[in-house]
Amino acid sequence: MSDRRKAIEVRNLNKWYGEFHALKDVSVTVSHGERIVVCGPSGSGKSTLIRCINSLEKYDSGNIFVQQIEMKDEVSINKIFSEIGMVFQQFNLFPHLSILDNLTLGPIKALGLSKTDAEERAMNYLKRVRITDQANKKPSALSGGQQQRVAIARSLCMEPKIMLFDEPTSALDPEMIAEVLDVIVDLAEDGMTMICVTHEMGFARRAADRMIFMDQGEVIETAEPKEFFETPKSKRCQEFLSQILQH
Amino acid sequence: MKLKFSLWLFIVLALAGCSSQPGIWGWYVIDPRTVAGYNNIRFLLNGFGATILLSLIAAGLSMIIGLMVALPGMSTNRWISFPSRIYVEFVRAIPLLPMLFWVFYGLPVVLKSFGITISIDAFWGAIITLAISDSAFTSEIYRSGIQSINKGQTEAAKTVGLNYSQTMRYVILPQAIKRILPPLANQFIYIVKMSAFASVIGMQELTRRANELVVTEYRPLEIYTLLILEYLILVLIISFFVRWLERKMGSDESK
Repeated sequence: MSDRRKAIEVRNLNKWYGEFHALKDVSVTVSHGERIVVCGPSGSGKSTLIRCINSLEKYDSGNIFVQQIEMKDEVSINKIFSEIGMVFQQFNLFPHLSILDNLTLGPIKALGLSKTDAEERAMNYLKRVRITDQANKKPSALSGGQQQRVAIARSLCMEPKIMLFDEPTSALDPEMIAEVLDVIVDLAEDGMTMICVTHEMGFARRAADRMIFMDQGEVIETAEPKEFFETPKSKRCQEFLSQILQH
Repeated sequence: MKLKFSLWLFIVLALAGCSSQPGIWGWYVIDPRTVAGYNNIRFLLNGFGATILLSLIAAGLSMIIGLMVALPGMSTNRWISFPSRIYVEFVRAIPLLPMLFWVFYGLPVVLKSFGITISIDAFWGAIITLAISDSAFTSEIYRSGIQSINKGQTEAAKTVGLNYSQTMRYVILPQAIKRILPPLANQFIYIVKMSAFASVIGMQELTRRANELVVTEYRPLEIYTLLILEYLILVLIISFFVRWLERKMGSDESK
């Protein structure tokens, strides 16, 4: 982490869903190469936060800077999709396209790569997520874990500088969680800046530089994993950890 | 399908059976064994071309207009979606026949007041009316088809940098088409039947020809019976095609 420039800065973000105050004055700063794990009970605003960061969700007040550029108009928002990759809980692969076409669609249409270049890039990233011999299959022919790894590869094909993961393993059968987490840890070790919303605390210990604990739309606690797990300061965080680490 | 067909065949045969009795039936009017009957039947069947052409062009236009109305209609921006909403509500409320009169007799007058002198003939008058009238319904078909695609697909397309039209073209429409095509083909059956209204502005299609023959032959029962059979055959062929399409689409989805 030699480069201390800010990759993402969120300042006093507020969001309401009607009467429900989903994000309350949330401020978060992420440095280049930093790996953040966001955790907290459901409905705490974790997913909303990262969805705001890449403009999938509108917010009511506050500022978001990605690579020091404020995300406020269409132009800057369109640009961030080449800066930020996103992996969804439900994979969201394109079911009508082959695995290979899922990966090359963005690079060809949005980045203007030639078909051969895009396919070469796609095969590279498929190799990286350890799926190579299934390039011509449709997503539905793959297991959940494989689909999520393809979704990660699809994001990587855009060669983003930042990756966001929105509960990447929550929709997976238990035996497939490890294969997906391994791929994410792999990325983390390569120095990718990432924010991961997850309940996988083992993964958090292994890969995170910093933990962010959210509850009821607020950032309650932020600390390094060791400190976070061993000496959580707030009561809500202690309760959450005792519940989630029981099993 | 088979049942429906045999039922109708039965009715036709029953009616034909009646023709041997003196009295109400006079099938001679379209009896192909006589010169007059043969000419009459040829006159009636020649309406197929116009009915089919009219329906096809109107359906094609309706599909294009419908998509152009449906896409802005789904925008979250009210200023963009509002005109589409108005269009659908307005067009859907106008009965076909008054609209046909207005387009055929009224529209040329309006255009003339703007300095445009176009005479709208029966063929194009009917096509314009059918297409516009139907487009309100096709637009709703598109809308429900597109909205049935998971929101995550649009989001995923966004995150790999696709803009709105690329998202529609490469991600949403290819998936929605499976759900759109069967009801759209179904809607085509409506157009075929509604095209009968074109007869009132003088379009020489199936119904017009039947009317004209009735005036000269005074045999409405036989001629209109045949007319109904003509539409029946046409619609059965189309619905056969629709079923085939649905099967094909269904099997594609399971792949």
